[in-house]
Amino acid sequence: MFKIVWKESLTPVIDCLKVEAPALAAKARAGQFVIIRVDEVGERIPLTLADWDAHEGTITLVAMRVGTSTHKLGKLKSGDSLIDLVGPLGRPSEIEKYGNVVMVGGGVGIAPIHPIARSLKNAGNRIISIIGARNRDLLFWEDKMQALSDELIVTTDDGSYARKGVVTEPLKELLEKGGINRVIAIGPAIMMKFCSATTRPYNVPTVVSLNAIMVDGTGMCGCCRLSVGGETKFACVDGPEFNGHEVDWDITLARQKIYLKEEKESLARWESCQCGKS
Amino acid sequence: MEEKAKSKINLNRVDMPRQDPKDRAHNYNEVALGYTEEMALEEANRCIQCPKRACVSGCPVNVDIPEFIKALRDKNMPEAVRVLKSKNALPAICGRVCPQETQCEEACTLGKRKAPIAIGRLERYVADWDLTNKDKRPATILPPPTGKKVAVIGSGPAGLTAAADLAKFGHKVTIYEALHTAGGVLMYGIPEFRLPKAVVQAEINYVKSLGVEIQLDSVMGKLATIDELMDKDFDAVFLGTGAGLPMFLNIPGENLNGVYSANEFLTRVNLMKAYLFPEYDTPIKIGKHVAVIGGGNVAMDAARCALRLGAEKVYIVYRRSRTEMPARHEEVENAEEEGIIFKFLTNPKQIIGDDNGWVKAMECYEMELGEPDASGRRRPITKAGSEFVMDVDVVVVALGTTPNPLIPSTTRGLETTRHGTVVADEQTGKTVKDRVWAGGDVVTGAATVISAMGAGKRAAASINEFLMKKQSF
Repeated sequence: MFKIVWKESLTPVIDCLKVEAPALAAKARAGQFVIIRVDEVGERIPLTLADWDAHEGTITLVAMRVGTSTHKLGKLKSGDSLIDLVGPLGRPSEIEKYGNVVMVGGGVGIAPIHPIARSLKNAGNRIISIIGARNRDLLFWEDKMQALSDELIVTTDDGSYARKGVVTEPLKELLEKGGINRVIAIGPAIMMKFCSATTRPYNVPTVVSLNAIMVDGTGMCGCCRLSVGGETKFACVDGPEFNGHEVDWDITLARQKIYLKEEKESLARWESCQCGKS
Repeated sequence: MEEKAKSKINLNRVDMPRQDPKDRAHNYNEVALGYTEEMALEEANRCIQCPKRACVSGCPVNVDIPEFIKALRDKNMPEAVRVLKSKNALPAICGRVCPQETQCEEACTLGKRKAPIAIGRLERYVADWDLTNKDKRPATILPPPTGKKVAVIGSGPAGLTAAADLAKFGHKVTIYEALHTAGGVLMYGIPEFRLPKAVVQAEINYVKSLGVEIQLDSVMGKLATIDELMDKDFDAVFLGTGAGLPMFLNIPGENLNGVYSANEFLTRVNLMKAYLFPEYDTPIKIGKHVAVIGGGNVAMDAARCALRLGAEKVYIVYRRSRTEMPARHEEVENAEEEGIIFKFLTNPKQIIGDDNGWVKAMECYEMELGEPDASGRRRPITKAGSEFVMDVDVVVVALGTTPNPLIPSTTRGLETTRHGTVVADEQTGKTVKDRVWAGGDVVTGAATVISAMGAGKRAAASINEFLMKKQSF
């Protein structure tokens, strides 16, 4: 059991949890992920690390309430426990001094962008961050991103806060100006697809982090397989970060929808079970 | 009942009752129901207690088979348990999944008359008696602690066996398991209807009762390296990490939705209990027409799971003929009885998808058999122009597995082969790295539960020798 030492809701549908896991925290590196299981009947779901503190022996997870597992996660309180927490999994981000790096975080993807930006900043890069969400209520960690970015651009799709529009627009403007050495984009698959398409004409290396459906997270099941550069790769052990220009986005997008029907059924069942519970 | 043979030697093997195929094709209850006391005694009485004891050498862990059978027919069950468990820590598992027909039973003297003693069924009977009569269980007397610590990586058959034997030598053993449940392939791979998970957990509890600690959710190579384990706490390490990586066909369409590796399919069903969805949260696609590619036991398991999930038609697609199938005869028979359709001499060319990225069909070649290849089996050859299309919506690829590179790639000084297996001495399990042993599928590539257990046992003996020698310096 892994104790939740602290929990807060970052937005009405996004939760942030700090979980006790000293051995994991000591090994964690930017870009890696964990697999959690909320309870005895729960699924194994991957979440990219939002933060960790080796000294304190904790890791931080951020999740948006989408399916049954993330809704269950949202119900947990400080003092409760996760039944399983496994990691750190996957390959860490490549951290080097590249020069000018654009960090693009979309929606809940702002969370994993944060530690990668910090590592890149510490490696001597100039960090330009673009964070975006559908609306003001889904935006979080603007302050944290502000603190470690040399330049921060905030967008909302509906214009309810900051600049109206999607993240690819300011990204294109930056690329147009030139001098960008690397782009790292994390968010919904469709956003990462369009970020990759935006940077391609400028030939700027673009890294995306693919949060595929997984079971074990150690290369055993192959559920998370993707086509990258014409080869089949496993997001869990070969990634989660890949060259966005080489990812076959059609397969990636299709594979995320495998269990759409079952996910809805499961969530409806969970929600009906919640009626009458406090 | 059949009339008994008049001769002194009884050649009538006692059949084991099984669930009716019509019923069992729709439930997850165990297929083989086990002997009653009467059946077990009748079968045990057939053993001629010959001095050759060929069965013992036919067993990879050298169980004293004639002795446990003798105790059984003397109705001294605690003694039968003691004999069995002195060599085999997981008898209820082995009694169910060992290929006895190519091991102890093949060596049985009565086997020459085509009626070997049903050693596996007797083993199961004794082991099940033990699990339901824990109060009468003979206590395992452990030696005083040696103060030595051993880390075992992986809680499958090899790791559990090594751990149990090391604990019996008096060493402190910690098993590190990557998944959230101990048991490895016994939990994620072999289905409930062939090996009930309660039986697996009961045998794991026995291993724990010997003082073995199991740390779950611990992916070694990531959470800690082997070198870190040895630097910090442990005098020796045993790697029993199995062969967990799935192989794919590398044909077009393999990444379509609805294509599973057998590992994924079985893990969802067995470990995550997707057959109980939505009571359990993990889903699985229930195909209408399912094709399972491969001819081994894993293919049989996947096909039979697909049927139980509710598929209308389940095919086994195998590129050679029935004779070359690596699956146990018994499992092929079980699958056939349940209504699995076998497509022999058939090899997939490509998997065809619909506009939304879902499997809708599979194109196959007809094959014919040529000269024997390196494996000794006749080589399948594609018949030109023989392509035909099968209407399927789920495809399960059961072509075998290779070891996970997680540990070899993070451990300095470990030698691996080009197949990804760890190089270790066949007799002792010793790797080329100081204080590290390995055994089971990680060394041999995918094989059987019992051969992994044999390797765990030999490695435990070698580790013990090393640790005790070291102490006397």
